[in-house]
Amino acid sequence: MYDGWKIIIGIIIFLGIATFPILYDLGKAAPPPPEPKIDTPEIKKMVEKKCVEPKSLMKIEHMVMLKDWRDWYVREGRSIYIAADGKQYNISLSNTCMKCHSNKKDFCDKCHNYAAVVPYCWDCHIEPKEEGQL
Amino acid sequence: MLETALKGSRRYWSWVIFLLAIIGVGFISYLYQFRVGLGITGMSRDVSWGLYIGQFTFLVGVAASAVTIVLPYYLHNYKKYGRIAILGEFVAVASVTMCMLFIFVDMGQPLRVLNVLLHPSPRSVMFFDMVVLSGYLLLNILCGWYVLGAERKGVPPAAWIKPFIIIAICWAPSIHIVTAFLYQGLPGRHYWLTAIMAAKFLSSAFAAGPSLLIVISLILRKFTRFDPGWEAIQTMAKTACYFLIVTLAFYCFEVFTAFYSSIPGHMHPIKYLFVGIHGHTKLVPVMWLCTALATVALPILIIPQARRNESALGFAAVATFLCLWLEKGISLVVGGFVPNPFERVFEYWPTVPEALITLGVWGIGFFVLTILYKVTISVKEEVVFDKYGEKQVQTE
Amino acid sequence: MSISRRQFLKIAGASAIVGLGGISAIDILQRGQFEASQVSKDPKALVGKRWAMVIDVKRLDEETMKRCRDVCHRIHNVPDIDKPKEEIKWIWKEDFEHAFPGQEHEYMGEDIKQLPLLVLCNQCDNPACVRVCPTKATFKREDGIVMMDMHRCIGCRFCMAACPFGARSFNWRDPRPFIKKENPEFPTRMKGVVEKCTFCYERLAIGQRPACVEESKGALIFGDLEDPNSEVSKILRSKYTIRRKSELGTRPSVYYIT
Repeated sequence: MYDGWKIIIGIIIFLGIATFPILYDLGKAAPPPPEPKIDTPEIKKMVEKKCVEPKSLMKIEHMVMLKDWRDWYVREGRSIYIAADGKQYNISLSNTCMKCHSNKKDFCDKCHNYAAVVPYCWDCHIEPKEEGQL
Repeated sequence: MLETALKGSRRYWSWVIFLLAIIGVGFISYLYQFRVGLGITGMSRDVSWGLYIGQFTFLVGVAASAVTIVLPYYLHNYKKYGRIAILGEFVAVASVTMCMLFIFVDMGQPLRVLNVLLHPSPRSVMFFDMVVLSGYLLLNILCGWYVLGAERKGVPPAAWIKPFIIIAICWAPSIHIVTAFLYQGLPGRHYWLTAIMAAKFLSSAFAAGPSLLIVISLILRKFTRFDPGWEAIQTMAKTACYFLIVTLAFYCFEVFTAFYSSIPGHMHPIKYLFVGIHGHTKLVPVMWLCTALATVALPILIIPQARRNESALGFAAVATFLCLWLEKGISLVVGGFVPNPFERVFEYWPTVPEALITLGVWGIGFFVLTILYKVTISVKEEVVFDKYGEKQVQTE
Repeated sequence: MSISRRQFLKIAGASAIVGLGGISAIDILQRGQFEASQVSKDPKALVGKRWAMVIDVKRLDEETMKRCRDVCHRIHNVPDIDKPKEEIKWIWKEDFEHAFPGQEHEYMGEDIKQLPLLVLCNQCDNPACVRVCPTKATFKREDGIVMMDMHRCIGCRFCMAACPFGARSFNWRDPRPFIKKENPEFPTRMKGVVEKCTFCYERLAIGQRPACVEESKGALIFGDLEDPNSEVSKILRSKYTIRRKSELGTRPSVYYIT
């Protein structure tokens, strides 16, 4: 192998940089998973505390649902979603989802920050006004 | 072969560092545009395309013009182009790279660029343009790189590359025709709505491209041991000359159609460009400079004695290139938007950050070109040619 | 077994491409959980085959026009940008001379030349903007509305070059700071996308007519051209109406009575 030393040192540096995030956190306890709050006034009022679809599904698939909703509403002009239990909802992020989940900071942001994802919903859709905000 | 680009003279490295500095300035300006939005440019609600799309249009032409070298060489076995066919192909590679970057910097939402592939829209000319440009880029990289590799090994290129070269030759005009279709199929933009647009695009490209190659060849002759060949340069000058004449003729046809028919919508943009409307005259100096350059370049290219003078030819080539750059890279786009659909005049002039970003993209283009040419020349300097461009066995 | 550096790089490059390509292919092919879900139109929605508008210019006065414009721009969060270069408008006042270039002549009285009227997206039946869009971000709905999908627009501005009516505006920068009072029920836009009037699709979906029509005191009439009994159909049958630049063949759906 020509330049064997250079190559080996190069590989070591590369591996060091590539695995840095793992090595850095090695031995530290993972930060506790966030618990999004569902204590908004709207939700407290509900007799049966239930989202559009079951919580387990919403937890992992809400982004897929929002994407489908967006295409159904904007591109196909269909504005009513009939959930698995037969209940009907208006397809709207601001006017349906956020009416109940009016605590974006403690609900959306909490998990999104934890998972380091930055959805661009709020570049256009107006987030509900929360306490302490203008 | 790429390793030859890592060994070079002091002059080579100074040039590379100079280009990298320009690219750096352009990149910083782009970050500013990325953060604030396209509002930092001179473009407006009324002139919604500007320098970026103009450069894109012009450079598609330069890319397509490689065909003026490759076609005579491969289809008519014109031996004198043997040494420079690859120079043409690599100009095409650098130009298409710049084209794609200009489209990218012109986008309002650049992170969504893949939407064009995720939601293919065959009815949109823009979609087709993207398809043909990518195809052309791949074809030129493939043909240029492979033929050069074969030359280095001292063997003739394998037969399988030939069909790709033929396809690339047919493909070249298509990229510029599709680019013209971007403009000429739009209702209500009188300056663009003309069937001669595609033809004019090709002719001005086939004048600007060879002009650029003449300038490059003269520089290479002077500064490297590689001589593209005086005869080849003269033939390119003739190509540029004929197509410059055709381009000017086409432009005069447009002026005739607009003014003899006297249809106001067709006359307005031409009036705006050459004399201004209601005191709006920002592009008037550009158009007259363009006219002056063509007037100076044309006699030099036509008269054989003048054309054979190296410095006169160099001057004429620069003038031709600059003239067509002003026409297609700036005035063509703006002329389509002025006056606006309400017959009002809103003018356009690029801002400083916009110009720096444009310069940065040109810097990237020249960087790509420099690297590719460095490799080419390193290979070619090893091979000795006779005066017809045939390879000779080195006897020293 | 021995491979050269060149071969190694080739293999590494090829496997990277196959890997990345494979992952994105899986992403694209993966179907959503909600594919089979039930979705329907609101039963209250106004349904039409080709929505159109008639603008009775004689019944427009300055105050009505201002109200129409203001309500539209307010409920749709249209920013109020002072610089004409970056202006965004969905519906606005224009004079006859400029809205109908080529129809004026030098002997026409100034009051007719400057006759104010409202212009907006013509919701063309053969829209050039839809034809040129490389991502189908602007498209024609079944009911004839030329719609914008802001999620998909890449901001290439080909539609602005294609529109012969100057109906489209581009967000040259973030519009939020220029919105005086946000309507939380309707999204704003982000920088780098094109926008225009959408015939209030969001109001039609819940059974309401476009906001400008409601505010116009009868000067703007809205209806379905395919329904012979609609008010617009009746007007078009009986009165002389003109459209902007009808010679271009885009078949505008906004008609003017002058």
